[in-house]
Amino acid sequence: MKRTILAALTALTIAGAAHADTIKIGVIGPFSGPFALQGKNFKAGIDAYMALNGSKVGDDNIEIIYRDVPQPDPAQSKALAQELVVKEGVQYLAGFYFTPDAMAVTPLLEQGNVPLVIMNAATSAIVTKSPLVVRTSFSLWQTSTPIAKVAKDAGVSKIISVVSDYGPGVDAENAFKKGFEAVGGQIVEAIRMPLATNDFSPIMQRIKDSGAEGVFAFLPSGPTTLGFVKSFNENGLKGAGIKFFAPGDLTQESDLPALGEAALGIQTTFHYAVSHDSPENKAFVEAAGKAIGNPAELSFPSVGAYDGMHVIYKMIEATGGEQDAQKGVDAVKGLSWTSPRGPVSIDPESRHITQNIYLREVAKAEDGTYYNKEIATFEKQGDPGLAALK
Amino acid sequence: MQTVFSIAVDALAYGMVLFVISIGLSVTMGLMRVVNLAHGAFAMIGGYIASYAARDLGLGFGFAVLFAVFGTIAIAVPIERLLYRRIYGAPELTQVLMTIGITFCIIGIANYVFGPTLKTVPLPAALQGSVDLGFRSIATHRIFAILCGLSVAVALWYLIEKTAFGVKLRAAVDNAAMAAALGVRTEIVYAVSFAVAVGLAALGGVVGAELLPVEPYYALRYMVTFLVVVSVGGAGSIPGALVACLLLGGIDTAGRYLMPEFGEFFFYLAVIAIVCVFPRGLAGRTR
Repeated sequence: MKRTILAALTALTIAGAAHADTIKIGVIGPFSGPFALQGKNFKAGIDAYMALNGSKVGDDNIEIIYRDVPQPDPAQSKALAQELVVKEGVQYLAGFYFTPDAMAVTPLLEQGNVPLVIMNAATSAIVTKSPLVVRTSFSLWQTSTPIAKVAKDAGVSKIISVVSDYGPGVDAENAFKKGFEAVGGQIVEAIRMPLATNDFSPIMQRIKDSGAEGVFAFLPSGPTTLGFVKSFNENGLKGAGIKFFAPGDLTQESDLPALGEAALGIQTTFHYAVSHDSPENKAFVEAAGKAIGNPAELSFPSVGAYDGMHVIYKMIEATGGEQDAQKGVDAVKGLSWTSPRGPVSIDPESRHITQNIYLREVAKAEDGTYYNKEIATFEKQGDPGLAALK
Repeated sequence: MQTVFSIAVDALAYGMVLFVISIGLSVTMGLMRVVNLAHGAFAMIGGYIASYAARDLGLGFGFAVLFAVFGTIAIAVPIERLLYRRIYGAPELTQVLMTIGITFCIIGIANYVFGPTLKTVPLPAALQGSVDLGFRSIATHRIFAILCGLSVAVALWYLIEKTAFGVKLRAAVDNAAMAAALGVRTEIVYAVSFAVAVGLAALGGVVGAELLPVEPYYALRYMVTFLVVVSVGGAGSIPGALVACLLLGGIDTAGRYLMPEFGEFFFYLAVIAIVCVFPRGLAGRTR
């Protein structure tokens, strides 16, 4: 018995001396339920990064531990994060599709000595909640502000804003309003519609009656988007020449096969299109497409996850695998690299990603599928939402 | 005035789509006394089959609808024989647990087989585009949905009130033992009514697909709406369900047009008020 313990102790000491540790990363996201597709995209981005860059940093093995929060549920998210830190001993937390879930976790970071890398949640305020938060996705302010200039340049000066009545929708409305009024446009009316709207005909009638020349819309991607865009066409608004502007959530790639003809010509601004033309993106789409199984399901959360992994790898390099959250975060402040979406960097002050925002138009490819065609670039956009918070 | 007409047209169209999907649930709950929470799941199966038939097999819309209705019935009948038969007459809690379990199974299977993305049912050229009503335009498929709703209402009323089968069904519901003693094959009556209800669900899933797109969580997402229609209309009553759909469609549409920021407030306020005054629904039967 004594000998066994001794042997075990010796083994432990030797293993410790070799420094070949396993570093665990806890990823929280919606991996089942109505938003499972977005969680699948997280996983595809992470798998793609590890396939292209290896599953080791230095001598340390990287292990990903997934936890599922199917729908926005701050309490559940916090409990799982706590479990990951305390029981599993993760050194990094990452993922988070919904803002409330990410917000709930921020108070744990300092005590747990764990950085949080946000791979999607897009409300500006999250990065202000803790100095250990880094975001590699986007914010709604960031994606919705440039479209205001696009609208103005298209000769539209009166716009009605129509958004879903929840946090990100309100953010989108404010961002657009600020941007559009700054270039001399006028918001004739701002409608906030309930999240659970199935029939958009009455909203379309309001848009028509408002006398606006264009509409700015934001809805969460998924079934409601389809209903909204179809309604827009069927109620004769498209025919009446009313222009349609939105951030890219409305035309995410995985919804395009269903939207199809109805979405043709819609202009959106966003940080990533799967069709982005660059060697980095080609390699990414190939690896992520393989990871997700069906490449048609690939959309924006995958690139947020991919770049999130890049940031975490850099943190591990900087700390040599030791658990030191502040040192890790400091190391990636100002970090710049070429992401599949184009050149990006982490803003040292806000720890939010600075990136190009692209103007895209839904177009039909030669093989009959639809895609977001990038037609203009707004370079190095920060997050205007943080300035608005102050 | 134009606004009023406009809202009325939208309300009629929305109400009729609700009616087509919910009436099958009204039949199972009111006539067969089964709280079938899997109703939305059957509507979803119908939508998936129609989408598959039209997009992948290239069948016409008409065939896709038939395929969806009979395909869903073919899937549902074995489920009825193996599972539902055990819960006829069981306490409501048992029924709820069983049918919600079936719903989750169907969601999982749909997610596995068809993937989590949205599916649409391509419309034939005749139903695409919109019709000009003079004061506004309305999508052609909405008019199709209105016509479907009306024909379903008439056909179902005729079946239940005027045919020998309807007599047997009502007899079996009111007193199964006595009906069986008089030579009514209650098992067959139940199986056929269940098939009809499921077929209507599938039809609703297809006809309503433009408003309620088909995806795996369809089955849960709209369940509350369907249940509300049945409880407001009174389970088992066709005119009740029709009135409930038009009323709720009207309130929902008007609220959304006039005060969208109030959200679903008016819809649920109306539901609470109606259920307070008519606890069994507008045309509910007293037991």
